[in-house]
Amino acid sequence: MTVQQLTERPEFTVLNAGNQPDMELTRVFTCDLLSVCMSKASAGCAWVTVMGNMNAVAVAVLTDTACIILAEGTPLDANGLAKAQQQGVTVLQSDQPVFETALLVHQLIHA
Amino acid sequence: MSDTITLTYTVSNEDFTRAGEASSDVKSRLKQMNVDPAVIRKVSIAMYEGEINMVIHAEGGRITVEISPSEIIMTLADKGPGIADIDKAMQAGYSTAPDNVRSLGFGAGMGLPNMKKYTDEMQITTELGVGTTVVMKVYL
Repeated sequence: MTVQQLTERPEFTVLNAGNQPDMELTRVFTCDLLSVCMSKASAGCAWVTVMGNMNAVAVAVLTDTACIILAEGTPLDANGLAKAQQQGVTVLQSDQPVFETALLVHQLIHA
Repeated sequence: MSDTITLTYTVSNEDFTRAGEASSDVKSRLKQMNVDPAVIRKVSIAMYEGEINMVIHAEGGRITVEISPSEIIMTLADKGPGIADIDKAMQAGYSTAPDNVRSLGFGAGMGLPNMKKYTDEMQITTELGVGTTVVMKVYL
């Protein structure tokens, strides 16, 4: 499944489209502590978190995360949105909790 | 002509809006130079953690990155409060970060351990009230 295909799903709101729509999703990763994400998030992962700030966007850029998915309807703050736009990072939002969101994406990737 | 490329960055005081800019810039330059992605990842993680540490603890500082055919050397120098107990600071989970920083997702006590884990050599020189210099090497 590609980033583009995920953004077209009705379960998600696109907060920033990003510039790698054809990137293939490799797996789901979930965590909110940025240092842990920094060392454990892998290239191409869909990262489910409730950290909607620019530091999360910076971590996504440095780890080559395919997209950030903000669970629990968490908003992306203004600085985070500006950074996501500038760096071309895809940011989606789900109104479901972290586990349900991660499970859904996992099932979509392995469908 | 020297084979070493030197990049320097100033990390500003408490400026979380710019935190990560230096590491992002180094990452994109290394990518352009076709450096092994595994090496880029190590350098990016180590440098980002160092950059964040400088913003959280030391009111910013200076980063110099030297890229030679054999290694990448990152030198992070600040004039912050210094590290009272390096052994404790190196323990995963030990943190002196304030609550406002924790609410941003930092302060897990993983910064220095990550920096050590993702580099081939790391040396810390610190003096209380004077500052800290961290030198990290990643072999190519």
